[in-house]
Amino acid sequence: MTTAIQEPAPQLEERARTTRVGDAVFSRTALGAALLVVALLAGVAIFLFIQGLPALDAHGEQAYGKSSVWTLVGPLLFGTVLSALLAMIIVTPLAIGLALVISHYAPRRLAKPVGYLVDLLAAVPSVVFGLWGIAVLAPRLTPFYEWLNSWFGWIPLFDGPVSGSGRTLLTASVVLALMALPIVTAILREIFAQTPTMHQEAALALGATRWEMIRLAVLPYARSGIVAALLLGLGRALGETMAVAMVLSATGAIISFDVISSANSNTIAASIANNYANAAGLKINVLIFAGLALFVLTFAVNFLGRWVATRGQVKA
Amino acid sequence: MNTLIDSEHTVDHLEPLTGGTMPRMAPGLVAVVSVALGALALLLGVGIFGAVALAWLAYVLGLTFWTRAVEGSRKATDTLVQTLMWSAFVLAMVPLVSLIWTVVQRGAPVLTPAFLNDDMSGRALLGVGGGIYHAIMGTIMVTSIAAVIAIPIGIFTAIYLVEYGKGNRLAKVITFLVDVMTGIPSIVAGLFAIALFIVVTGDPLPRLGIGGSIALSLLMLPTVIRSVEEMLKLVPDDLREASYALGVPRWRTIVKVVLPTAVAGIVTGVTLAIARVAGETAPLLLILGTARVANWNPFSGPVQTLPVYIFQSLGQTTHFKYGPIWTDRVWGAALFLIIIVMSLNLVARIVGKAFAPKTGR
Repeated sequence: MTTAIQEPAPQLEERARTTRVGDAVFSRTALGAALLVVALLAGVAIFLFIQGLPALDAHGEQAYGKSSVWTLVGPLLFGTVLSALLAMIIVTPLAIGLALVISHYAPRRLAKPVGYLVDLLAAVPSVVFGLWGIAVLAPRLTPFYEWLNSWFGWIPLFDGPVSGSGRTLLTASVVLALMALPIVTAILREIFAQTPTMHQEAALALGATRWEMIRLAVLPYARSGIVAALLLGLGRALGETMAVAMVLSATGAIISFDVISSANSNTIAASIANNYANAAGLKINVLIFAGLALFVLTFAVNFLGRWVATRGQVKA
Repeated sequence: MNTLIDSEHTVDHLEPLTGGTMPRMAPGLVAVVSVALGALALLLGVGIFGAVALAWLAYVLGLTFWTRAVEGSRKATDTLVQTLMWSAFVLAMVPLVSLIWTVVQRGAPVLTPAFLNDDMSGRALLGVGGGIYHAIMGTIMVTSIAAVIAIPIGIFTAIYLVEYGKGNRLAKVITFLVDVMTGIPSIVAGLFAIALFIVVTGDPLPRLGIGGSIALSLLMLPTVIRSVEEMLKLVPDDLREASYALGVPRWRTIVKVVLPTAVAGIVTGVTLAIARVAGETAPLLLILGTARVANWNPFSGPVQTLPVYIFQSLGQTTHFKYGPIWTDRVWGAALFLIIIVMSLNLVARIVGKAFAPKTGR
């Protein structure tokens, strides 16, 4: 009797052991992968620091004709922020409109294809956006810039003289806006769709028109989400390289508020892409240093965006 | 009694509770008038953009003021906003259509079998011929290696986040860092790769394919992790509990129950991530260098990929003699790149739709 019960015991023991070993191996692998991701992010910062810090000694020829790496990176930072902000000014109304069309205005059968079209915009490679910007957009925008210059020339941004090629900072910003649009729209439409149905139906039941319902129920609910989405889009626009590098005919590291003339500020990412080919020695370190500055800037913006987003979630 | 009589009297003098309503065909009517106005402006010599802008303005103002006159100001505001929303949609779609049209129109004549099978060796640099064979192969190689690096790490990280670290502090930190990683500029990933290989190889100017793959995998990782994580979260806990109740160990539950349930979504997410990095240029510029022939060794020597080929060829399009040939090559390569990326997207959608687990019981 006792032997009969004890008979399968070694087998069970065996199976329990493989279970334990299997579970241990599997969970350790998963944990290891997760830690590797953290290490990778830390590695990005560390290696950029290691290779970027020697650039602090660069001057003159090595720093692309500037007295130090700071006077090189400073104007580039200005150009980066200016172009990204202009892009966001264009994106904000478009993205909110587009997201509301998908979440509230389009008939349900239409909403999906519309969303798919917007996603298609996100699938276009940046280098193709750049090509299109040079070949199609820039020449089309030149007459518009002349109009801007003749009517709004008193604003420093449109001071002129208008660039003949149309390859200006504003054109680059328009392309940046198109590239940030799908990301911002995707986040916004998810947030708008999450608005409690009860709030919306209550507003409608009180006789609100559709816009009043959106203004009273949807937008207040989505406020922190909108801020977060815009910050994330800004992060994308700050770091975008190819479109700016191709579209913009930059004058170098200068500070210029004029966004429609041929004397343009450049952005960090674009100047790296334009200068990598003839870079060697300390110049590589200078480029890496500029990249480090960009990394810190976008990290801060994205950090802020995610923080706002998670805080909004807790509140809601 | 009195009140009843009073109310009976007053009913006769009350306005009916319905207001005026716009005829159903109003938007169409205003649209026709606006288009006619735009056409008239076009005939009078206003540019095409001016005419379109005029027609749009006429439509918006016409419809709004008509609604205001018939239905009142609140309805008018509603109509105005609705028109503006749809305008935003049309405005965003114009560039997409124009872009795809331009690339197809200018790239299609260039895409011949010879163009796909030639590289840029020999006389191709100074004259006719030449093609993108080496760049296609380079794109495939660099992207595949990136996928091989990023997909296992990404899937295991997602498994940790959903299955093991559910809600603990480390998982929260990692989720947050992954979100922040999504925003790493692509060129910074490339600079990281070159900084890494300067330190590792000691070569002051390293050029090798694997460096590009590492940069791309850095960009892929957050996308893969996020999409797999979302899919694993969708797997109902009932399935897991049923499996545990049958005595199946945790790791076998994950491998045999959780992953197969979520496999369609995982494939979709991973394919979209591959499509995204296949079109990346910036991270590859520095580390891959310039190659004119296919290089199958990822551990040494420059490699060419399609996006990098497009960017580098763009500099040649101003050449006094061979500029037009280079322009053709640029558009041909751009069309082929779009075809690759769009087909990957399409495959992802189809897989996601066809193999999605049936929800509802």
